[in-house]
Amino acid sequence: MLQSLYDLVDKYHLVAAFAVIGLTMYLAYWISERFTRGKLHGSAIAIMLGLALAYVGGKVTGGADGLADITLFSGLGLMGGGMLRDLAIIATAYGVRFEEVREAGVRGVMALFAGVVVSFVAGGLVAFGFGYTDPVAITTIGAGAVTYIVGPVTGATLGASSEVIALSIAAGLVKSILTMIATPMTARFIGLDNPRSAMIFGGMIGTTSGVAAGLAATDARLVPYGAMTATFYTGLGILLAPTVLFLAVRGLA
Amino acid sequence: MVIYGVALLAGCMMIGLVIGDLLGQLLGINANLGGVGIAMLLLIFVTGYLKVRGKLPEATASGIKFWNAMYIPIVVAMAASQNVAAAFSGGLVALLGGVLAVVLGLAMVPVFAGRRPRSSVVTDADEPRPESMTTHTAGR
Repeated sequence: MLQSLYDLVDKYHLVAAFAVIGLTMYLAYWISERFTRGKLHGSAIAIMLGLALAYVGGKVTGGADGLADITLFSGLGLMGGGMLRDLAIIATAYGVRFEEVREAGVRGVMALFAGVVVSFVAGGLVAFGFGYTDPVAITTIGAGAVTYIVGPVTGATLGASSEVIALSIAAGLVKSILTMIATPMTARFIGLDNPRSAMIFGGMIGTTSGVAAGLAATDARLVPYGAMTATFYTGLGILLAPTVLFLAVRGLA
Repeated sequence: MVIYGVALLAGCMMIGLVIGDLLGQLLGINANLGGVGIAMLLLIFVTGYLKVRGKLPEATASGIKFWNAMYIPIVVAMAASQNVAAAFSGGLVALLGGVLAVVLGLAMVPVFAGRRPRSSVVTDADEPRPESMTTHTAGR
């Protein structure tokens, strides 16, 4: 009986994921309303619940995909994977006025370059502070602070050790997860309440999953603006980190 | 028909991804450069064009709106499938590196945004987005 139920959920994993996420959302909005009187968005709570579950899933299975590594919840991997996430992000652009995008365009692009450099320097400085002197290691960890994709790609290009590459991925994951949590909490202080600052935010932070979830937890109407710049960030990071930024680090070291 | 809207969305996504891929290859990086952003711009232009000509009936639009409304649930599923355990087991270098990057990044937002523009969020969508507008009444 239990086994057949288990098999069924496994077989219809995506549909099961819809149900699980629906329940999570309901619970999150209930907590938001009941305990914070709506002050902390239901979506922010839902995302934090998701992260907590992902932590448990990762600890239990030792896998890399959080709760989705537990067979019962494998549908979460498809539902929250890159394909449907990108489809939904693009759908948020429906109803956006192009003028708004154009007005913030130049600043958004400036923020994009500044964002890659600032994150890279932050990661590189911390690596240096912890005694790393090899330019390849400093560059790889700096690149990891850009995003958890830029780190390993840069490390592979420069021939970094697997230990350093693992560190760079972890730095990128910390950034992404912290962005999800910190964005709704700091939004008021950094003026993150209009399309322009959202585009700049997307360019400054850049890590797609962090920006996507951070803005969703802050104000869903800002999502298309932030996502639009953030989508260029990882590509730009992969372009700059192993080339210009690596040369700069080697020049300084 | 609803599928027209979904197909329009999917078509924009695929064209955007192809362009992003070509851009990446042109620059010699093994990554998609802004494919999603390009797809978003395409969707804005195409739906704007169709709407002005009255060729975007409600059924078609609802195919796009459904995925728009699914955004937050999908993001929650994404959060639930993040490698959170690895982020916490990366040690102090990874933790501080990530934290510093976020703190500096957030602090720079007002620097680049400059003086606050008078307009806040304005969209010309047909109706308010359910997820963002009903937060305070949800669950009542």
